[in-house]
Amino acid sequence: MKPYDAIVIGAGMSGLAAALRLALFDKRVCLLEKHELWGGLNSFYTLDGHAFDVGLHALTNYVPARTKGAPLTKVLRQLRLRHDEFRLGEHHHSELRVPGVTLSFSNDFGLLESEVARAFPDQVDGFRRLAQAVREYELDEEERDDPSGRAMLATYLSDPLLIDALLVPLLYYGSARENDVDWSQLVVLFKSIFLEGLCRPEGGIRPFLNVLIKRLRGTSVDLRMRSGVRRILHDGGRAFGVELESGEVLEAACILSSAGYVESMRMCGADAERAHVATTDRGRLSFVESISVLDRDPIALGHTAATVFYSTRTPFRYERPNTLVDTTSGVISAPSNFASEKPLKENLLRVTVLANHDRWCALDDEAYAREKEQLADAAIAEAASITSDWRAATTYRDVFTPRTIRRFTGHDGGCVYGSPTKRKSGATPIDGLFLTGTDQGYLGVVGAMMSGIAMANRHVVTASSRTPASTGATT
Amino acid sequence: MTPEEVVVAIKDIIETIAPDEDVSNLDHTERLRDQIDLDSMDFLDIVMELRKLYGAQVPEEDYKELATIDGCVSYLHPLLADKELHVTAKV
Repeated sequence: MKPYDAIVIGAGMSGLAAALRLALFDKRVCLLEKHELWGGLNSFYTLDGHAFDVGLHALTNYVPARTKGAPLTKVLRQLRLRHDEFRLGEHHHSELRVPGVTLSFSNDFGLLESEVARAFPDQVDGFRRLAQAVREYELDEEERDDPSGRAMLATYLSDPLLIDALLVPLLYYGSARENDVDWSQLVVLFKSIFLEGLCRPEGGIRPFLNVLIKRLRGTSVDLRMRSGVRRILHDGGRAFGVELESGEVLEAACILSSAGYVESMRMCGADAERAHVATTDRGRLSFVESISVLDRDPIALGHTAATVFYSTRTPFRYERPNTLVDTTSGVISAPSNFASEKPLKENLLRVTVLANHDRWCALDDEAYAREKEQLADAAIAEAASITSDWRAATTYRDVFTPRTIRRFTGHDGGCVYGSPTKRKSGATPIDGLFLTGTDQGYLGVVGAMMSGIAMANRHVVTASSRTPASTGATT
Repeated sequence: MTPEEVVVAIKDIIETIAPDEDVSNLDHTERLRDQIDLDSMDFLDIVMELRKLYGAQVPEEDYKELATIDGCVSYLHPLLADKELHVTAKV
């Protein structure tokens, strides 16, 4: 069989975007997904007749159509998609809650600025300078020394409570590093959450993915579901293909892997993993999430925010807990509190808290089932204590843990945000094997798609346009 | 293709790669990059479409000739003179 121009591992957001992008340039692409559903960390499932999204709370990076220089505009452009195809509904407002303080924010940055001025009058000048520094920061895919985001925040702000309030969303929506985030990542997150904004696709992640899948079906991309990769084939220096779990071998000039750095190195074999993976490459952060189905609109219970980022403890701790979960901080998401054309089929509230993967995986089945329910109760009780209590209005609930995340995404340790060490060029120690997705360093749904596009452009599209013989051009 | 048809061809390609943009109001002398925020990757898309639709090869060092609509016409007309216009973007 003729080798592909590229094999893309994983039909999540980055893999789908990479494959679509390459198809526009007439590349022969095979997109491999080990599950029967696409979406990766942003997939969907149905349980007892309830349709749930896996990871989606909100889409960050919201900007109106044609906003210059914004990641969403670039993603749409590079995939030739129209903004209105995704029918994005903005949040009315969301909240940052730390002990004694609530700050509202919306997609109008002025609201957060005035909230900071109200609650932290002596901090607002520093906050404005911080926002300016974020706006002026030039993002690229080059590797460079990246200072601690927390330390950089402290150069603009002196009140630890305000720093904590800002860090809850910035860390929860993308940091793979405990209690901190690289400054460049913080800039990306700050822009995507506060300066751009939050929205939700009409109908959740399914219709969003359907737009991509429908587009993909119109191309020559060979999309293969239930096709897990057992090994990445290489000669020690250069990758040349993959062996599937079925034993089938596929060859390609280039492999883009969204499996994660450590996971990809393991696919290259024990020697590669030993030689190229350090302890610090392994992520430690995972989450437990509960989804409650309510018999009424959360607004009727007094829950008006689309998203609430909270810490009930100071200082805010964003680290792997020693216990199964840490209920003292988290995110509450209310999908119905985003603008939508049609009312949602069901009223949902999601609560996400930090969890310890290894402890969850050490439980036997009976203890696992019991702890899952008890700790979801505890997490919801704490979340409900700071907004409104929805427990009596709950008619159904599903809970997933680091064990579930690991099983369905294949990410070691159930690490949603991957390795703490990001590799912005996408390069790995194996030539021809590149990373895309969370371990390359872009964040969120739009960020993941941006990553797929950027890596496809850099390692396949422009790499071959410089060698005219391989473009297959006919003149 | 006449020079006027080259304008139609280039606007059609821009509409294909940037479906959110209204190409009818594009100024012919102002840089495209400034009007609709095209970056260097987007120019690669334009060049790719020129090759797919018309078999026209634009080497990387000539991308700068495509900065404006007028620039596109001067540079592309000799390459496209004996080609038929295809319009592909959905209106």
